[in-house]
Amino acid sequence: MTGVWIGAAILLVVVLPIVVVLLKGVLDAAKSIVPAIDSIAATAEAGSKDLDAAALLLTTQVQVKETIAGVAAYGGSLDVILDDAEPA
Amino acid sequence: MSAAAAVMILAVVLIVLALVYFLVATILELRKIVAGLDRVIVHVGGIVEKSAPVNEIVNDINANLDAGVAALEGLLVKKAGLRDAVGLVDGLYPGAAAAGLRDFPESTEVVPPRIGEVYTKGTLTLARLGREAPIALASPRGAVLRDVEYGSRAARALYPAGREEGAAELPRSPVIGTNAPVQYEQRVESGPPRKRFQRRQP
Repeated sequence: MTGVWIGAAILLVVVLPIVVVLLKGVLDAAKSIVPAIDSIAATAEAGSKDLDAAALLLTTQVQVKETIAGVAAYGGSLDVILDDAEPA
Repeated sequence: MSAAAAVMILAVVLIVLALVYFLVATILELRKIVAGLDRVIVHVGGIVEKSAPVNEIVNDINANLDAGVAALEGLLVKKAGLRDAVGLVDGLYPGAAAAGLRDFPESTEVVPPRIGEVYTKGTLTLARLGREAPIALASPRGAVLRDVEYGSRAARALYPAGREEGAAELPRSPVIGTNAPVQYEQRVESGPPRKRFQRRQP
């Protein structure tokens, strides 16, 4: 009978508090992750929206090609019109 | 049932209740985390999808710009000579001569001539009128010639006599480019190259 009392006391005084403390720690850690995840989701959404303008790079690419082609055409004309520098 | 056994059962029940409460609460929080991560994955997927072609496009743009810079620098060096080309670049962007021209490694060793040796007096005057022009950075201590409130009046002061008589009848400036009506490949018609005088030997 004494052993049963000792076992019950150990369960109530030692095991139960340890179980509660450990599980509360796990729960607190899980709760602390939720705001971080929400923040990451908001940041990823904003980053994704920022990249909507990346499609305009295609227009930039075309315009750069046209500009360089124009520069090359004018450069060719200038090369014909202007005299070369005298050799040093 | 003895009292000791009842206390033992009570302790076990309390432990089980604590386990149930905390584990269920943890499961609910983990579900929130999973939902949040799902949203993150959706947006990150969008980022990956949108940024996938960026590298290729930017590399292509850079390659085109590099080709343009190389062509312009080559033309500048061909027409103005390496020394004057470096001086011109350094006049527009003070300190740029130290970096030199990309396709001319020897340009880093060139001592850039002073800006006055590259630009005409009229160009310098216009640059001082503008003040914002990069060319004016070389002489920022000069007096501002432009009338801030009546800038066009200051520009007109350069030509006090007004428009030249008969200017309207003068031929227009030639149109150049691939679509120009006259292609300037006609050196034969314009005669042989101009005679060049030999430089004086110091």
